[in-house]
Amino acid sequence: MLTRRLIPCLDVRDGRVVKGVRFRDHVDMGDIIDLAMRYRDDGADEIVFYDITASPEGRSVDRSWVERVARLVDIPFCVAGGIRSVDDARSILHAGADKVSVNTPALERPALISELAGAFGTQCVVVGIDSLQDDDGEWRVRQYTGDPARTRALARRTLDWIDEAQSRGAGEIVLNCMGSDGVRSGYDLEQLTAARAHCAVPLIASGGAGEAAHFIDAFRYSDVDGALAASAFHSGELRIPFLKRQLRDAGIEVRLD
Amino acid sequence: MDVVLIDSGGANIGSVRYALERLGANARLSADAATIMAAERVILPGVGAAAVGMARLHELGLVDVVRSLRQPLLGICLGMQLLFDTSDEGETTCLGLLPGRVARLVGDARLRVPHMGWNRLERVRCDPLQAGVADGAFAYFVHGYAAPVTADTLAASTHGAAFSALVRRGNVMGAQFHPERSAAVGARLLENFLAVRA
Repeated sequence: MLTRRLIPCLDVRDGRVVKGVRFRDHVDMGDIIDLAMRYRDDGADEIVFYDITASPEGRSVDRSWVERVARLVDIPFCVAGGIRSVDDARSILHAGADKVSVNTPALERPALISELAGAFGTQCVVVGIDSLQDDDGEWRVRQYTGDPARTRALARRTLDWIDEAQSRGAGEIVLNCMGSDGVRSGYDLEQLTAARAHCAVPLIASGGAGEAAHFIDAFRYSDVDGALAASAFHSGELRIPFLKRQLRDAGIEVRLD
Repeated sequence: MDVVLIDSGGANIGSVRYALERLGANARLSADAATIMAAERVILPGVGAAAVGMARLHELGLVDVVRSLRQPLLGICLGMQLLFDTSDEGETTCLGLLPGRVARLVGDARLRVPHMGWNRLERVRCDPLQAGVADGAFAYFVHGYAAPVTADTLAASTHGAAFSALVRRGNVMGAQFHPERSAAVGARLLENFLAVRA
């Protein structure tokens, strides 16, 4: 039986892992290889590297670190951040990444999703969605979420965008529920369950994880295929081997030897 | 050990090469018939669609070359599917080194296709290719089509129905999962491939 995936997300700037509020107050957390290998050894099922150097000025960045990661890390990994074209994606995939994830550039130009799927296959194409509930109760997509000053609400309904992204060739959806992001009070189960009903491809929960029960709930109630978390893992409060044992005890299939 | 990866145009060939390098093997990428025939081990990688993969082998004049190999040959993911007679994906005639027809995985509300993630290898037959790989060990899969369980199946996996995860007929071997992305289990499989006798 296919197991549920646990996915740590690392923010990368200039080939180093950093943490902090995006675009300010960055604290250096160490070398990308050291941290990636620690998660690999802990039993992470996949790793997402979020390249925060890339997006703000739209400049091309040195991604030689992708190849360094690919040489040593023997679990799948995805690169997100600043991928605006088939050429951008090709350089990352050829360097050894298994998938690329697009967010803002796909909102600006949805055809990007179909171009990537056509060039590399849908299995390589992840669409990340930042979503927040508005006062009228509707979930809508947010854009430029990396920079609080520029974050913009779009008229686009989140569930419509999930439909469109799939029809254009998204092979996986990462739904970042901004209302719960960073709060560590649990994933947004209501939103994830609604998204699940629209999602025939794998759905990854993001935003709000803080303890084992949150992961159990997301898998059990929202039937997500994977759960992504950053601070919950990085802080050391929630170790993956412990979390996986809790999940297995709760009857959720995980990779645990 | 000299390993040649057939350059079939896939985007993820680099990661297979790195995995072999981690094991101390010298892995080269080639589309040259003489280089492939002279290699001690040959790997047919492949990410993409069956029809495109076969068209590429025809273009390069490598179809009969691959069919005639006597040294250990390992197909990975699509590369394994191409070893079979035919594939439903684009109604493609494949290499015919293994009997069987590759079919589309059937999904439903709870069963997502493509099959993407870690799943168990269920041992069907003992073989040096899976020495040291425990029955029930996990491997990483990404695929929408799969080969049936046949007399050549060494390990099966289940996504809805059972399918071939690891196959072998003499010198012809195939892994539906990605050993280069399957942590210690994948490394052991590749190590065994470098050690097996044809």
